[in-house]
Amino acid sequence: MSIDLPGFADPVLGAQSGFRAILDAMSRPGTLHEAGVDLTPPAPLAPATAAALLTLIDAETILHVPNDCADARDWIAFHCGAVFAADIGAANFAVALSLPTLATLSDGSDDGPQDSATLILQVEGFGHGQTLTLSGPGLRVPGTLKVAGLPAGFAAAWAANHAKFPRGIDLILCAGTEIAALPRSVRITSAMKEA
Amino acid sequence: MVIMPLAAPASASPEIAARQRWMAILARASHAETLNHLADLPPLPAHTVLRGPEAGMVMVRGRAGGGGGPFNLGEMTVTRCTVRDADGRIGHATIAGREPRQCELAAQLDAILQDAAWHDRVESAVIAPLEAKQAATREETARKAAATRVQFFTLTSMRSSA
Repeated sequence: MSIDLPGFADPVLGAQSGFRAILDAMSRPGTLHEAGVDLTPPAPLAPATAAALLTLIDAETILHVPNDCADARDWIAFHCGAVFAADIGAANFAVALSLPTLATLSDGSDDGPQDSATLILQVEGFGHGQTLTLSGPGLRVPGTLKVAGLPAGFAAAWAANHAKFPRGIDLILCAGTEIAALPRSVRITSAMKEA
Repeated sequence: MVIMPLAAPASASPEIAARQRWMAILARASHAETLNHLADLPPLPAHTVLRGPEAGMVMVRGRAGGGGGPFNLGEMTVTRCTVRDADGRIGHATIAGREPRQCELAAQLDAILQDAAWHDRVESAVIAPLEAKQAATREETARKAAATRVQFFTLTSMRSSA
């Protein structure tokens, strides 16, 4: 049992500021926002990942937790009251330390594209690694996001996800105490590996 | 919505049964009463609040006659709290109504009651007196209720003889 670590010191204010950070990150794709600064989550979760989980997950959402996050499962169940799904395709939210095959997540339906899954992906860091050039709603001029810890084929996987619009998954990237987001509406126009 | 278990599992070990006993006693006690009994003890060790104290609703379920299908009796307000003491023992409390202070204190006492160094002192200073008082109150209520009990013997025999 790893429930011996607290969640948000103030659940209401913590979830509100977490929600604001996610909302800002989603509406300005690729920008970095602070989340979970005061959190001390169990390994392997980063504070930002924990903040996203505490904000978005409750007893009415179905969450997929991969085996490499199994140590944090009790903590998530205790603080979020989450319902777990063994099958990633059945989940509304999925947390991951490495990019799963995006096509295995639920992409909603043409009648209900809002039923698609949201992936909370913990990466190594921002500011170095792959440089993604982004364009789409929320970006007046193309923006760039440097992410370390995404696999080489990420841009191609994301293009396939974007092509399904209005269906498709939304992605929240977390590292340390920072989050960024890629909603399904955003396009990656170029992805350059670190020189 | 949280569904409360209908009864404690029959396979509960003696440790679990003992813990259920003191948790039940602390959940029924008022804050003032508990503090009163704590006055004789040294200050309680520091603790970290892991969750709560927070008030919410639970669905109380029952079975007609004890053997029927479960039905939802109604919602009730409860307060829950979980704390960790310095040695990592986890204490839980769930209390009827909105009682955040008593709930946190009950969770704190649940944690230190699992500590051998504290158990006997807290048991004799707090749990045993509270249990005796609660038993006396229950006894008193049962006695008053018994005094108003109506025996339908006469009525039955009159009807059957008529």
